[in-house]
Amino acid sequence: MILAALTFPPIEELLEWKDIAGIPGFNKVSLLCVISAIIVFVFFMVAGRKGQLVPKGVQNIAESTVEFVRESIIMQTMGPDGLYWMPFLLTMFTFLLVANLFEVVPIIQFPPTARMAVPFPLALLVFFLFLGMGIKRQGFGSYMKATLVPSGVPKSLYILVVPIEFFSTFLMRPFSLAVRLFANMLAGHLLLVTFALLTAALFTKSVMVVLLPLPFAMLLAVTVFEVLVAVLQAFIFTILAAVYIGEAMNPQH
Amino acid sequence: MTNLFELALVLGQQEKGLGALGAGIGYGAAAIGPGIGIGYVVGNAITAMARQPEAAGMVRTTMFLGIAFTEALALIGFVVFILLKFT
Repeated sequence: MILAALTFPPIEELLEWKDIAGIPGFNKVSLLCVISAIIVFVFFMVAGRKGQLVPKGVQNIAESTVEFVRESIIMQTMGPDGLYWMPFLLTMFTFLLVANLFEVVPIIQFPPTARMAVPFPLALLVFFLFLGMGIKRQGFGSYMKATLVPSGVPKSLYILVVPIEFFSTFLMRPFSLAVRLFANMLAGHLLLVTFALLTAALFTKSVMVVLLPLPFAMLLAVTVFEVLVAVLQAFIFTILAAVYIGEAMNPQH
Repeated sequence: MTNLFELALVLGQQEKGLGALGAGIGYGAAAIGPGIGIGYVVGNAITAMARQPEAAGMVRTTMFLGIAFTEALALIGFVVFILLKFT
């Protein structure tokens, strides 16, 4: 790919990864997923090993994470009834946070959530959880009625409203949940790659080098912005999971 | 025979170029609506926070939810762009 006499590697370098150690399907994305799961596990193991009354160090960070998930995610959306979902949502939030932050960690610089294979199973898991929770709490018939038929709609409009509600609840919710995380992380990754490549390509002996500070400044700005996006997307994925599950648990919310 | 082959090659490249053009215009069009929508959401959230600073925490959470729902349309446009451009 040649643009303005600068050479770039082909786009396939970005989209496909080689297998590690010859194991089919085990590439950088899978490795980063395993690493982020291990980081979350070790983090909470170390933090919970000896519970001190006055927390410090790792325990302090872990406790503020737990408090953040409890106060800003569960209490805001599900109420005290939803504290049962604390372990699930906390694990999901921390896993996504670590996986997203790999985007700006030097040397790694790739978020595993920028491949559809990571967000989609998570969204599917959330989908089956809120479906199962709704059926368990309200029974199949009344859950379908509460979801598909909004109150206060005249009977003649049911033929229009019911398919729309079905589409938006059972098809669009898991799809948009997965696509939101995936597209945000991929877009951020592409932005970072674009400006990093432009900076590297301008690092030449020709007169074009005077343009070098422009993409480099943009690279720094985008990196800071991507830290914000990584935290925000982990938060949004978790809070939407909480909203969906909470709505299935308490229909008249 | 060679001419036919070259013609097919040129047509194929034209199709690829048209695909890239459509992808760019499609993404631009898909970003208009969500841009306006996110502007409304954040603007009204700021108004609410300025009027009632004690409710800022609740407004902020709801604002992020609103942004997430609105942004989904732009992101679907981005995914379509990627599908058209890179496949």
